[in-house]
Amino acid sequence: MIFSKYLFFILSFIAIYAALKVLISKKPMHSVLYLTLAFFAIGGHYILLNAQFLAVVHIIVYAGAIMVLFIYTVMLLNLNIQGEFPKTRLTAIASAIAGGLLLTVLIAVFRTYDLKMAADPSLNQIGLVKNLGKVLFEEYYLPFELSSILFLAAMVGAVMLGKKDIY
Amino acid sequence: MDGNYILYKFILATVILLISLLVAMYSTLLERKVAGYIQDRLGPNRAGIGGIFQPLADGLKLFYKEEFMPGTADKFLYILGPSLTMMIALLTSAVIPWGNSIVVNGTEYSLQVADINVGVLYVFAILSIGVYGIMIGGWASNNKYALIGAVRAASQMISYELAMSMSIIAIVMMSGSLSLKDIVDQQHGMNWNVWYQPLGFLIFIVCAFAECNRSPFDLPECETELIGGYHTEYSSMKLGFYLFAEYINMFISSAMIATLFFGGYNFPFMDSLNLSHNALTIIGSLVFFMKIIFFVFFFMWVRWTLPRFRYDQLMRLGWKTLLPLAIVNILVTGFVIMLKNHL
Repeated sequence: MIFSKYLFFILSFIAIYAALKVLISKKPMHSVLYLTLAFFAIGGHYILLNAQFLAVVHIIVYAGAIMVLFIYTVMLLNLNIQGEFPKTRLTAIASAIAGGLLLTVLIAVFRTYDLKMAADPSLNQIGLVKNLGKVLFEEYYLPFELSSILFLAAMVGAVMLGKKDIY
Repeated sequence: MDGNYILYKFILATVILLISLLVAMYSTLLERKVAGYIQDRLGPNRAGIGGIFQPLADGLKLFYKEEFMPGTADKFLYILGPSLTMMIALLTSAVIPWGNSIVVNGTEYSLQVADINVGVLYVFAILSIGVYGIMIGGWASNNKYALIGAVRAASQMISYELAMSMSIIAIVMMSGSLSLKDIVDQQHGMNWNVWYQPLGFLIFIVCAFAECNRSPFDLPECETELIGGYHTEYSSMKLGFYLFAEYINMFISSAMIATLFFGGYNFPFMDSLNLSHNALTIIGSLVFFMKIIFFVFFFMWVRWTLPRFRYDQLMRLGWKTLLPLAIVNILVTGFVIMLKNHL
């Protein structure tokens, strides 16, 4: 549909603009909020791919949980004073090298990739909650359980780190 | 998807938006009347008959008040805060089934704006982003009382969100669907979820109070400690938006309680009335609104009856009582469903 094509461009524009603003913004609070906006735009992309479940879970997990904790941290630490993070030459060089490596990998991946029109996303039913649940609990049961154990371990670890005296 | 369909959905969305705003507007009057009744006084009765124009007068007053912005505030975020609160408060109404369908010339028109198959999760998502407006507003005011209020609001909402989601999961397990329309249709007649999930209902309604920042959980705007909480620095219609969003949240929460636990637009003996489909739909919608108004009244009743919690009591109730109870509720529900399938 022609309408969803325009939506794709609008959402992509918002996502890229917000992602750039995350880097450019001087205030940490603005960066965090732009990152949230980028997550919403990506959630919109999931809906265009007919993956409603993924879209909603993406919003709940990223915008609703992780970014709220980010804002919380920024608010409590009051990181609003500019120039609080000293930018040394070492960090500049290190980040340039790390970013360059990522760019090389991305170019290597996409160089041989044949860019073609994907199948009509409205025919793709895998993103619906019923199909996704069946796949997760039948084909990928073991990885699913393993990842939940990983989550549990991370949760216990966070509580342990948060405690002052561990006895 | 033809033009008619889009036009119909557009009109429906507009009507629901207007009804939400109207109900929220008159909730402010109802709140003051209920408060007056409980405290044995009259309440507002000067503007119009029985104070019927009081909400309009209040709105006008808020519009004409002086617009004030602290000099050290973050200008953009200061304005974004109340706008976002208002927008997010209105978003949930899209997935609530306000009634069954109306059939005109053989075409079925559903009274629900969007029957998405992840309706319950959509409600969770809106709940989880509801804290943004308050946090942004409280932080952008650059006032320590506003900041403390915002931090309190955020931690309270995050804590109670968990128990609330867990209490809905038991309902989802029973109905086997994430669509709110399916959940309502399964409560046909008097077969309401509250009979099967009384504990879930109790947890849900307590959490709904906390999520709306209503008394006895209105710690974020606890005036004896924090002046006005997160909206200390706000004035004029920006303050109005914050206060008004609370009433919209109350309306939407009541609608969710009625949808999930009290059968939505279903009412007893609906099959034995021998009415046409359209008439049943209209009566059903009216019944649904009556249920909503009752719960809005319940919210107010509690506010003017119970004193405020202390902050540590609030956190203990959320994490050490409601959350374990909600998990036990899920386990018991799962156990009963398993027994039913094997017997």
